[in-house]
Amino acid sequence: MAIVETRKLTKVFKEGELGAVNDVSLATEEGEFLVFLGPSGSGKTTLLRMIAGLEIPTSGEILIGGQVVNDLTPRERRIAMVFQSYALYPHLTVYKNIAFPLKAQKVPKEEHRGKVEWAAGLLGIGKLLDRKPRELSGGERQRVALARAIVRQPAVFLLDEPLSNLDAKLRASARQELEEFQGQIGTTMIYVTHDQVEAMAMGDRIVVMNFGRVHQIGSPAEVYGDPADTFVATFLGSPPMNLVQAGDLIVGFRPENFFPVARLAGQAALPADIRIQERQGPFVPLRFRISHEEYLGADRITYGLLEGDRFDGTKVISRLPAGQSASLPSGSLHAFAVAESDLRFFDTRTQVKSAAKPYPWA
Amino acid sequence: MFMPSVVFIALLVGIPFVLAVLYAFSDARIGGTSFHFVGFENFRSILHSPSFRKALQNSIVFTLCAQAIVIVCSNILAIALEKPFRGRGFVRFLILLPWVAPVSLGTIGWKWILDSIYSVITWVLVALHVYKPYSAPMWLGEPHLAMASVVLVHCWRLIPFSTVIMLAGRSAIPREIPEAAAIDGAGFWRTLFQINIPMMTPILSVAVLFGIIFTFTDMTVVYILTAGGPFDSTQTLPSLAFATGIAGSDLAAGAAISLFLVPVLVAVAYLMLRVAHRAEVV
Repeated sequence: MAIVETRKLTKVFKEGELGAVNDVSLATEEGEFLVFLGPSGSGKTTLLRMIAGLEIPTSGEILIGGQVVNDLTPRERRIAMVFQSYALYPHLTVYKNIAFPLKAQKVPKEEHRGKVEWAAGLLGIGKLLDRKPRELSGGERQRVALARAIVRQPAVFLLDEPLSNLDAKLRASARQELEEFQGQIGTTMIYVTHDQVEAMAMGDRIVVMNFGRVHQIGSPAEVYGDPADTFVATFLGSPPMNLVQAGDLIVGFRPENFFPVARLAGQAALPADIRIQERQGPFVPLRFRISHEEYLGADRITYGLLEGDRFDGTKVISRLPAGQSASLPSGSLHAFAVAESDLRFFDTRTQVKSAAKPYPWA
Repeated sequence: MFMPSVVFIALLVGIPFVLAVLYAFSDARIGGTSFHFVGFENFRSILHSPSFRKALQNSIVFTLCAQAIVIVCSNILAIALEKPFRGRGFVRFLILLPWVAPVSLGTIGWKWILDSIYSVITWVLVALHVYKPYSAPMWLGEPHLAMASVVLVHCWRLIPFSTVIMLAGRSAIPREIPEAAAIDGAGFWRTLFQINIPMMTPILSVAVLFGIIFTFTDMTVVYILTAGGPFDSTQTLPSLAFATGIAGSDLAAGAAISLFLVPVLVAVAYLMLRVAHRAEVV
């Protein structure tokens, strides 16, 4: 087990161009599940590959367990990595795939079987040891890749979108298993994904990246509830945070915090929303012209424009539990509101979170 | 629709092949008009001829040595040419040149390079005081050196082809697999022998199969460089077939010698294709 740290880590692929990774400084905690989250091209995989030793940094330092490992080969870094494609050795059986790291690191041959069976048992693939990778399903391959990674008990686990090749149903169960697995082995894990649900569900902390820069590092609740800038605000959450321009400030609020006034006032038209009772304090009223609506079973997502005042014509989205809201006809105008405590403020120029909370902001 | 190609193949491949089979079982001679079937008489007589046995042995040595060198060198070249570097395209072009140039022209060039009087190699070695003038080796005039020369010139010709195949084979391996091996702790040699080469088996066996067939049936290099000499020390089956059948006007014996190659090559082809198939299936 070890702490991974990067100091001002930069990778520039083509001279003169913007780096794939720029000045990234971060550190994991002991035994932490750290997630790198970002859209494709955000540099998260490049960052992971630099930590793994597959990519040479242009500048900056990488430390594993307090030791600078920049000049160490991947094998000397005591890391294990699970690739997006799993990268199983197609010509070897599952047993030989899992035993390969042991062989490569010259573990005495007598110990192989015990260790392979331990790893395979942990992942529940003990019966597949004689198969070849092509005879396995996607989920089984992923487990073999994990078993191959844990068999030599690495200091750090690196995972590069290991669930993205699974279908949606399998992904949910694999996610759960991966969480349990991490709980069992307790090794520091760094996990790369572009899927915010995975990141929120699994990460102890999330590193939100875009264009090679770290925008925010924090717990899922922090990055979701208190985004550091407008990128984080709109990248996390589906639908994303509503942003409305208010002079020098951008005001943001989550769609689920934007709801009809009728519900605020406790009027009988709709059943009371539990969330509303939690939110004491002043509300900001907004007039909301509905343009269309999506019914998603559990939720109802309503798209529309704000009307009147300085926000006239700004597109916003509301997300309400379907069971507690009625369908709103297109074109109709409604009185909506947001609790002031749910508002987030960003600087218009820098797009970064603004400490100022200038009431009344409307 | 396929008629023209069928006619084409029948004329250029079918008729000569059938003729060769007919001749091999007959007493046909250049300049003679008699034609009698003699059964396996020609095969019996060539099997008893020392020059045939010598040629068979030479063919095997020639093929195995050339293939071993070609496979090792083309693998090294493929590894060297895999990663991009400045001028890689040009280097690839240069490496491919020996394959593009006509064999006979290239070999004539080598004949000069290895010439007993005008050899550049000898000249350089003399200038470096490795040998005294007039006591330098005769590259094509001493049995072992002649064989080595023939093998090396043939390698020079086959390496480009094999390199291109190896490059294709290497690029067919997903990048993550050698990377995973590196992370699992495998060094260069382990990755090469336990990951890359096994994964390249299908394409490798195709390269070897082609190489064996090209080498075993080739007579251009031998014919131009040494014409089989000195003392039959570089005579291979194809050059012996030519020397016996055409130059020596014993068509029947020449045909029998060249037919002797067919079952051997069929067996090799079958074996290699099986290896390729098995490697693909596993």
